Amino acid sequence: METFDVIIVGGGPAGLSAAISAAKRGMRTCVIERGDYPGTKNVMGGVLYTWATDKVVPEFWLEAPLERPVIEQRYGILSGNEILSVAYRDPDWDHPPYNAHTVLRVKFDRWLAKQAESAGAMIITETVVHDLLYQGQEVVGVRTGRQEGDLGAKIVILAEGVNNFVAQKAGLAKPLNAENVAVVVKEIISLTPEKIEDRFCLETNQGATIELFGESTQGMLGTAFIYTNKDSISIGVGVLLHPLIHTKWTPHDLLEAFKAKLYVKRLLQGGETKEYLAHLIPEGGYNAMPRLYRQGVMVVGDTAMFVNAIHREGSNLAMTSGKIAGEVAAEAIHAGDVSEANLRHYEKRVRDSFIIKDLYKFRKTGNFFEENPHLLKLYPEIACNAMKVFFTANETPKKEVYKNMMKMTFKKRSRSELTKDIIHAWRAFQ
Amino acid sequence: MKLDDKLYLVRFNTDKQSHIKITDPEVCVKQCKDRPCTRICPAHVYDWDEEERIAVGYEGCLECGTCRAGCPHGNIEWNYPRGGFGVSWKNG
Repeated sequence: METFDVIIVGGGPAGLSAAISAAKRGMRTCVIERGDYPGTKNVMGGVLYTWATDKVVPEFWLEAPLERPVIEQRYGILSGNEILSVAYRDPDWDHPPYNAHTVLRVKFDRWLAKQAESAGAMIITETVVHDLLYQGQEVVGVRTGRQEGDLGAKIVILAEGVNNFVAQKAGLAKPLNAENVAVVVKEIISLTPEKIEDRFCLETNQGATIELFGESTQGMLGTAFIYTNKDSISIGVGVLLHPLIHTKWTPHDLLEAFKAKLYVKRLLQGGETKEYLAHLIPEGGYNAMPRLYRQGVMVVGDTAMFVNAIHREGSNLAMTSGKIAGEVAAEAIHAGDVSEANLRHYEKRVRDSFIIKDLYKFRKTGNFFEENPHLLKLYPEIACNAMKVFFTANETPKKEVYKNMMKMTFKKRSRSELTKDIIHAWRAFQ
Repeated sequence: MKLDDKLYLVRFNTDKQSHIKITDPEVCVKQCKDRPCTRICPAHVYDWDEEERIAVGYEGCLECGTCRAGCPHGNIEWNYPRGGFGVSWKNG
C-alpha cells in the first residue's frame, strides 16, 4: 500500500489550499479527486475573495484564470417587476490588492491544482474515496473505489464538499437535511464583453455582482444572483430546501421566473445559455457544524459547513480552513503526534479566526428567517410600495404622501407587528 | 428555454450502472403522497411514471445531492458516480 503523510479527500478550494500548505511544509501530500481533473465537479456562484486566496497563493491574480475584479456589489429586493436596490461601487477594487473576483471554477480550480502540484502535492483523479481506513481505532488512510485502492496516510483531511459521505461514515458529521442545505441552480449565459460593460456600467475588465431577494425566490429564504464574467453572465437562484419542498416550485422554474423579470431580462438580452448547473450549499451554520477533528482526521470547507450565507462567503472560509488544516497537519506530523489531543489545535485556530467567529455571529439568522416566512414576502412589497409613493409626483402634498406611506405600511403590517419584527431581527443578529 | 434543452448542454460521461437507488419503492407508493423528489431535483431525474412508481433517470443527474437531503423518507440512496463518470462541467 502506498503511503503519504497527508491525504486530502477532494480537490476544491479547501482541499487544494490544504494540499498547498502541507506540501510547502515538506509533507508527502496527495489529493484524491473524483473528477477528470480538479474543477470538473465543482460549482459555486462565482465570487472568489482576494484576501483568503492571496494567503494561499501570494499574488495569485498575476497568473490565475480570473474573470473580472468586482468593483460594484448591488443588493436589492424584487416585488413583481418593481425593484428597490442599493449598490456600493469602488473603482479602486479593479487593481491590487482587490477585494474579490468572479471566477469559473473549472478553470480556476484546475489552476489551483497546478499550484498544489508545483508545491509538491500529487493529485489522483477519477477516484472516489469511500471511507477512511482504520487499524483498530486509529485512522491510517483511505479506501477508494479503485481495485486495491487503499492508500495510507498519517493524516486525512476531509474536503469532500457539501455531500459529506466520508465524514458521516467516520461519525464526524450528521446526514444533511432540508433545513441545513440550499439548492442552487445556475446558468452560464454568453454575452460580449462590450455588452456586459455597457449594461453594468463598467470599464474594460471590471466586474459587478447583483443579489436580489424577495420575489426573486418567490419569498423563500434564499437569493438570486447575477455575476459578470469576462464574456458571460453567471445567473442563479438558491433557496433553502425546506421551504422549497412545501411549494410547487422546481429549482428550474424559479430560475426561469427570475430570468423573466423585466430588469433581469434586459440584462441578459441577446445572451445564449452555455451551461446549466446545480449545487447544494451547506447553510446549517454554527449549530450544524460537524466534529472538526479526531485522531488523524480534520474536516474543512463545505464539509465543515463553513459558509456564511448572510455575506455570501464560502470559498474564503474554505481556503482559510484548508490552509490552517494543512499547517496543523505538518506540525503534528513533524512532532510525531497525530492524536486527537494534538489535532485540537486545528479547531482552536479555526475558532480564533473569522471563520467560526462569523458563523457564531449569524448562528440564529437562518432560524429567524425560517420562522418568519413573511419577512421575505411582505417587506419587499412594503418597501417597493413605499418608494413608489415617495417618488410619485402628483397633486398630493408631501405631508400627505408621507402619511400615505405610513398608512400603506401599517395596513400590511400593524405597528405592534412591525415592532415585534424589528426586535426579533435585532435579536437574531446579536 | 426548457429544462431538457439545457440538459443537452451539460457534458456527461455516463456510466452503465446507476449511482442512484430507491431503497424501498413501496415507500414511494404507499407512504409518500407528495413525492417532493419529482420537483426538488434540478434536473428532474425523478419522475412518477405511468406504472405508478418512481422512475430514476440517473443519466441526467447533476450530482448536487438535493434528493438525498430532501427525501422525507430517507428513501433515496444517492452516491457519487464511479470515479471519472457522471457530470463534467465545462465552466463550473
